Amino acid sequence: MNFDALIEALPEIIDGLEVTIAIWLAGCLFGPLLGLAIALGRQFGPRWLDRGLWAFVEVIRGTPFLVQMFLLYYGGPFIGLDLDPTPAGLLGLIVYGAAYFSEILRGGLIAVPKGHVEAALCVGLDRGQVIRRILLPEMTLLVLPACVNMWVVLLKETAILSIITVPEFTLAVTAFGSATFAFTQSAAVLALAYWGLTELTGRLGRSLEARFDRFRLV
Amino acid sequence: MTQDAAITMRNVVKRFGGNTVLRGVDLDVRHGEVTCLIGPSGSGKSTLLRCAAFLEEHDDGIIRIGGAPIGYDAAADGSRTRLPPGEIARVRRSIGMVFQQFNLWPHMTALGNVAEGLRQVLRLPKREAQDRAMAHLTRVGLAERASFYPSQLSGGQQQRVAIARALAMDPKIMLFDEPTSSLDPELTGEVLTVMRDLAAEGMTMLVVTHEIGFAAHVGQHIVFLDEGRIALEGRAGEVFRKPWHPRMAQFLQTYLDRGASVLLEG
Repeated sequence: MNFDALIEALPEIIDGLEVTIAIWLAGCLFGPLLGLAIALGRQFGPRWLDRGLWAFVEVIRGTPFLVQMFLLYYGGPFIGLDLDPTPAGLLGLIVYGAAYFSEILRGGLIAVPKGHVEAALCVGLDRGQVIRRILLPEMTLLVLPACVNMWVVLLKETAILSIITVPEFTLAVTAFGSATFAFTQSAAVLALAYWGLTELTGRLGRSLEARFDRFRLV
Repeated sequence: MTQDAAITMRNVVKRFGGNTVLRGVDLDVRHGEVTCLIGPSGSGKSTLLRCAAFLEEHDDGIIRIGGAPIGYDAAADGSRTRLPPGEIARVRRSIGMVFQQFNLWPHMTALGNVAEGLRQVLRLPKREAQDRAMAHLTRVGLAERASFYPSQLSGGQQQRVAIARALAMDPKIMLFDEPTSSLDPELTGEVLTVMRDLAAEGMTMLVVTHEIGFAAHVGQHIVFLDEGRIALEGRAGEVFRKPWHPRMAQFLQTYLDRGASVLLEG
C-alpha cells in the first residue's frame, strides 16, 4: 500500500468518519422522534391522518433508500427543494428511519397491556396523562431491542449517501481507493469500521436492556 | 332503588358482537356492605363489574354510582344519552378498581404506583404524595417493599400494592375483579386478609370471586349470576345454607366436591 498517499488522505478520511457518525447520530435521534409523531398520529389521530401516514410509511418502506436519495437530491429542485448534499442526506436518512421507527413504536404502543391503561383510567388519569405517564414509558421498554436493530441499519444506510456526494466515510475511503488502486484494502477498512461501530451499538443496547430488566412486564 | 345506594344498576345489557353477556341485570349495592358476585365461568360477573367502572360500555340500561349515572344517562324520552369523557372520569373518581392481573405499571416502584394518582390527578406536592402513598403501603403491610419494582414482587405483594393504589385515591366503593384468581393458593391468603380488614373498616365492596369461603364469611350480600341474569341473591347466610336455585346448588356442589364444606361452616 502507498503510505504517503494514505497519510495525505487521512485527514479527509477522518473528516468523513466524523460526518458519517454525526449524520447517523442525528438519524438515531430524530428518526425515532419523527417516527413517534407518526405512530401517535396513526394511533390516536383521526382516520384521515391514519390513512395519510400509512400511505407515507408504505411508500418509504416499499422503495430502496438509494432511489429515495436520488429522487430527493436530483428531483428535489423541481419542486423547490434544492438542498446541498449533506442536508439532503440528513433529511433523507431521518425520513427513511422515521418510517421504520413509526412501525416499531406503533407495535410497542399496541403491545402495552390494555389493563395497564384501564388501571390508569380508574385512578383518574386523563388521556394525555395515560399517554405520557403509562403508554410512552412502557412502549420504550418494549421497543428497545427493535430500535437497536434499526440504529444499526441506519448506520449502514449512511454509506448510500456517498452516491449523492455527501463527504462521508464511504466516499472518502473509496476516493482513496480509486486514487491508489487499493480497492480491496479500502473495502476491508470500510467493512471493519462499520462492523466496529455496529458492535459498539449492540453493546450499548445490551447494557440498556440489562439496566431496564427490573422494569420488565410481569 | 334509592338514590343513596352505592351502586344501582337497572336493566343492564351487554353484548359482545352477537353474544349477549348480560341480559337485563338489576342490582343494588348498599353502602358499607360487601356484595359478592359469584357464578360459573361465562356467567357475566366480570363483565358486570367492569360495566360498573365503565371499562365496558353497557348497551342498554343505566348504572349509577352514588346516584350519578356513569357513561350513559336516561333521557326524558326513555332513550339514553352518552355523557362526556370528563363526566365519566368524575364519576369514576368515587370507585377504586382491583384487577385479576394486578395491572401495576412496571416502570414505577411500588411507591410510585401508589403515588401516581396522588401526583397526577390530585396534584399533591411530591413529598405529601409520597407520605400518603407510604401510609397506604403500610396499611397493606408493604412499607418495606416501597422501592421495589413490580417484577421484584410476588403476585400477592403486587395485588396488595394494587389495592393500596386504589385506596390512595380515597374511593367510596372498591371493585374487585377476581383479585386472587391468578395467585398461588399460599399467596391468596395475604390478599384476602387485606380485603377482610377493609370490609371490617366498613368499606363498600363489590367483589367478583371464586373464593366461596371468602364470600360466605366476609360477603353480606351474595349475588349469583347465571347466563347473564341474576339467578339468586340474598343475605350470605341464607343463600349458602339454603341454595334453593338448582343452578346455585349445582354450582356450590362443585366446591363441596372438592372438600370445601369446611369453608361454609361457622
